[in-house]
Amino acid sequence: MAGAGGGANDVQWCFSQVKGAIDDDVAEADIISTVEFNHSGELLATGDKGGRVVIFQQDIENKSQAQCRSEYNVYSTFQSHEPEFDYLKSLEIEEKINKIRWLPQKNAAQFLLSTNDKTIKLWKISERDKRPEGYNLKEEDGRYRDASTITTLRVPVFRPMDLMVEASPRRIFANAHTYHINSISVNSDNETYLSADDLRINLWHLEITDRSFNIVDIKPANMEELTEVITAAEFHPLQCNTFVYSSSKGTIRLCDMRASALCDKHSKLFEEPEDPSNRSFFSEIISSISDVKFSHSGRYMMTRDYLSVKIWDLNMENRPVETYQVHEYLRSKLCSLYENDCIFDKFECCWNGNDSVVMTGSYNNFFRMLERGQRRDMTLEASRECSKPRQVLKPRRVCAGGKRKKDEISVDSLDFNKKILHTAWHPEENIIAVATTNNLYIFQEKVN
Amino acid sequence: MSSENQESEAPLEAGEEKQDSQEKDANPVKAEEAKLKAKYPSLGQKPGGSDFLMKRLQKGQKYFDSGDYNMAKAKMKSKQLPVAGPEKGLVTGDHIPTPQDLPQRKSSLVTSKLAG
Repeated sequence: MAGAGGGANDVQWCFSQVKGAIDDDVAEADIISTVEFNHSGELLATGDKGGRVVIFQQDIENKSQAQCRSEYNVYSTFQSHEPEFDYLKSLEIEEKINKIRWLPQKNAAQFLLSTNDKTIKLWKISERDKRPEGYNLKEEDGRYRDASTITTLRVPVFRPMDLMVEASPRRIFANAHTYHINSISVNSDNETYLSADDLRINLWHLEITDRSFNIVDIKPANMEELTEVITAAEFHPLQCNTFVYSSSKGTIRLCDMRASALCDKHSKLFEEPEDPSNRSFFSEIISSISDVKFSHSGRYMMTRDYLSVKIWDLNMENRPVETYQVHEYLRSKLCSLYENDCIFDKFECCWNGNDSVVMTGSYNNFFRMLERGQRRDMTLEASRECSKPRQVLKPRRVCAGGKRKKDEISVDSLDFNKKILHTAWHPEENIIAVATTNNLYIFQEKVN
Repeated sequence: MSSENQESEAPLEAGEEKQDSQEKDANPVKAEEAKLKAKYPSLGQKPGGSDFLMKRLQKGQKYFDSGDYNMAKAKMKSKQLPVAGPEKGLVTGDHIPTPQDLPQRKSSLVTSKLAG
């Protein structure tokens, strides 16, 4: 079954679908800022810079056949956040959706949390496929009937109607963050979640919007002493008392909420010692962790820094158990990457369903599949040129210097404006969603 | 994965070549750092330190002084207020921000093209 392909099978990836406009002139609002499958993989949500959320649904009909092709079609779309201006602080608050996290499904409706820099919202997405008909006082179109014409009483009945998917904001969690929210994470207890900004992490109850608990605060008494910020945070998938947060200095701290109310003191500190001879102006910048994700098993966690992906065993703090180079050829381009700000790009990473393969994005619309057990890696490209139905993706190669072989692309030809920052992997199947600047690509495992 | 797989160097033939490329391997970052220092000599006593973080924490800050604005309006009753250049986001120097300069803060009522 797909997803279990530990390494014995060579998974071949095929183009399945692409969403979004073809034209090169990208409006800022259309820039995709987050991509997330729900827990079953049936729904795929995207957020963009314009504050909009689009949810796609997997076409269920085909699922009766094992390993069949499935399609994702638009299910719902809504404006989650609007631009705001904080007059007191003279601060513009972007409507860009930084993160979306789904809640596990409890009833017929679906719930997700979406957040911009300052405010988190809980959205309920529900289906309506019946409506009451036969009101006494109203016509079917809503106009009120003339009361004098009503002589009999009838009971309205529910009749089927065309499916309507409605999204409504059920909770608004506001005013708890001075700095910019970078992460939200739902706890395995299904009642609480955390939100993290540059300096603080807050714990919320999903039902309570007027208060939250501060559980991490790394703001120094004197801001001149500020040396690191929080870059990402996540709850452990199984242990409701455990969470981790990563920093701009390349460290990850694991905290246990049972230890104390304020978790400023970590339970574990994960840090790989740096070789002092390698220290340079760029060291700290490229060591900044842009994403941290627990494995589904909860035994490992993965971090993404500018040039590499590291897998950590939670039982070992002094170094990662695996390190994968994403685009090592950029090491000799750091000067220009600093000048064009690309060195600050925040790439995300994700695990496949059984934690055997990890994926992360790169430049030139390339993305990397890193197979753990086999120590194999593959570079693929999301492009309109490889977008014929079921077209198998050919592995790509980058030539760092010296002789460029045929089919290789040289580092200097890479387009650094085409970055894949956000990717997501279906929790059970080999279906991946890859976001380029303004397009969403869906790839699937080749099915014979 | 963790070693030199992606650095597709041309196949090494002589011992000398190998040594050269090893040196290059060891110091591509140092070479880049030297390039940067040559271009921006005043850059960073604190590499990657507070300056970056401060800039990051202050993202989105706009500055407006109603006193300045009204004074400028009063002084320049007869003259035009200086209009913002093409870079509306940057208000610098003598230019006083005016309501015309503020970017339109309407939310996008257009449906996302992903849903189109």
